[in-house]
Amino acid sequence: MSLSRAEVEKVSLLGRLQLTPAELDLMTTQLSAVVGYIEQLKELSTDDVEPMAHAVPTSNVFRDDVVTPSADRALILSNAPHADGEFYLVPAVLGE
Amino acid sequence: MALYQKTATELLGLLNAGQVTSEELTRAYAERIAQVDPKVGAYLRVDVNGALEQARTIDARRKRGEPLGKLAGVPVAVKDLLCAQGELTTCASRMLETYRAPYDSTVVAKLRAADAVLLGRTNMDEFAMGGSTENSAFQKTRNPWDLERTPGGSSGGAAACVAADEACLSIGTDTGGSIRQPAALCGITGMKPTYGRVSRYGLVAFASSLDQAGPMARTAEDAALLLEVISGHDPHDATSVNVPVPSYSQNVREPLQGLTVGLVREHFAAGLDGEVESAVREAVKVYESLGAKVKEVSFPHAEYGVAVYYIIAPCEASSNLARYDGVHYGRRTDEAKLIAELDAERKQLLAAGKKREAESLDTSLVRLYRKSRAEGFGSEVKRRIMLGTYALSSGYYDAYYLKALKVRRLIRQDYDKAFEQVDLIAGPCTTSPAFKIGEKVDDPLAMYLVDLYTVSANLAGVGGISIPCGFSKQGLPIGLQLQGPPLAEDKLLRAAHMYQTATDWHTRRPKLA
Repeated sequence: MSLSRAEVEKVSLLGRLQLTPAELDLMTTQLSAVVGYIEQLKELSTDDVEPMAHAVPTSNVFRDDVVTPSADRALILSNAPHADGEFYLVPAVLGE
Repeated sequence: MALYQKTATELLGLLNAGQVTSEELTRAYAERIAQVDPKVGAYLRVDVNGALEQARTIDARRKRGEPLGKLAGVPVAVKDLLCAQGELTTCASRMLETYRAPYDSTVVAKLRAADAVLLGRTNMDEFAMGGSTENSAFQKTRNPWDLERTPGGSSGGAAACVAADEACLSIGTDTGGSIRQPAALCGITGMKPTYGRVSRYGLVAFASSLDQAGPMARTAEDAALLLEVISGHDPHDATSVNVPVPSYSQNVREPLQGLTVGLVREHFAAGLDGEVESAVREAVKVYESLGAKVKEVSFPHAEYGVAVYYIIAPCEASSNLARYDGVHYGRRTDEAKLIAELDAERKQLLAAGKKREAESLDTSLVRLYRKSRAEGFGSEVKRRIMLGTYALSSGYYDAYYLKALKVRRLIRQDYDKAFEQVDLIAGPCTTSPAFKIGEKVDDPLAMYLVDLYTVSANLAGVGGISIPCGFSKQGLPIGLQLQGPPLAEDKLLRAAHMYQTATDWHTRRPKLA
């Protein structure tokens, strides 16, 4: 199966990636090849097979309900590209 | 024999006997790195001063007779994907070029608690996506056996530094073969433990249901020692298994009695290099000479492993890497330029009478995400995000992701059935010895197929180890992969050690003049 360039462009928005026209072209070719390879799974009948999301089945892993200190805000914000000491800053999103 | 050529087990003996200090040892490695790493490029950063300081502290404590950890004074290299508090942790990505981890990963905390000396951080494929370390945003790592070839990947630096005697112990991570494949291509011992054996806390996530950290070393003995230190239940990782850690380093010397080794029929099919096949078959004969029985088993779903993997891993990656948004941490695009660019695009569209297109332009926040990510990620990471996003997008979920999860179950069942008949599975780790730098970079699918023999262990969640079992005519190392049932690390290490007592492939060294 091959992907169309328009599909790839739509996926680049969903995946929050800005791709150049050249990247879109290349990605269309390369993703089509990989998806084509992946399609071989269709040969297998899996109607009665339970999907396996995890290698080690675990359920209800709880910790004790004890309050522990959260990470220090200043330390966490020190990695933020743009912050005011209290909040992360982003371009204005309201009123656009 | 120079200090840096010794195994960790030997070095601990010397340290405990007072015949060498950790400071001397750390200096020996620092000199060795200064001598050979300009050629190999295994390390992204070496912290000589910090390492010497740690070494001196441990030497002083040892002198005072204080109780010390299991790796006291032995230098260890860490893949640049495990958080170490206050230190850069880049994942070999421009995205995290200046990121300083606010906390220690459990693996690093356990290394510190064991009094290991943290020597430096090793190169890798960006975010562990790749099989040649060529996807590092910062540098190439070369195979110490042939500098024109890749060391494999993604833990290519972690493997190359051990092969080049720049560390005796190193930590790698393995999502689809990223410890075992570079171990095979560099001629060292590398183990991916059972999923859940080692905590993933502080390990930068690629594909969370597959990622696992593990030891890389020259011998099974050393791998056992390192695994013992980093294993164990961790309340910070809900998927870590709450099962006691055996004394791997004590048990490793006990040979296995009545061992039955399985050979997977489908592993010896078209696509396997002849020299690899004969080295692996010779290795199996060594086991027979040591009293093991050999039995052929079948993995009817082996051929689907790569397809399943290249759905599940990119799907999980596309979700995990959504955290890189240019807001919380990591690279952010120039905001002023971005606003100007959007304004110009809008004006241009309006001038051309394209009102609808102008209205559906990205918002400034969406464009901030898209540009920051476009600038921060390399092409392979983008490809995997795209693939995962596509496979999870509306209308495709059942056809790809759900289908892959079902076939994943079938692959696990192949293992379960095999382990009813055999103790361990032996086979090739890679289809061929190390390939040339640049050989596969333009063909992602060819690069993905390199993972043929390794991805299944991650999908099934079982453990695997690669050990050196010979050389090609061109002098390139070949790896034997052993795989075991869940939590059979003890057996795998003992089987690997049995082999290493009967052979000397693991003692060979590249000539790095």
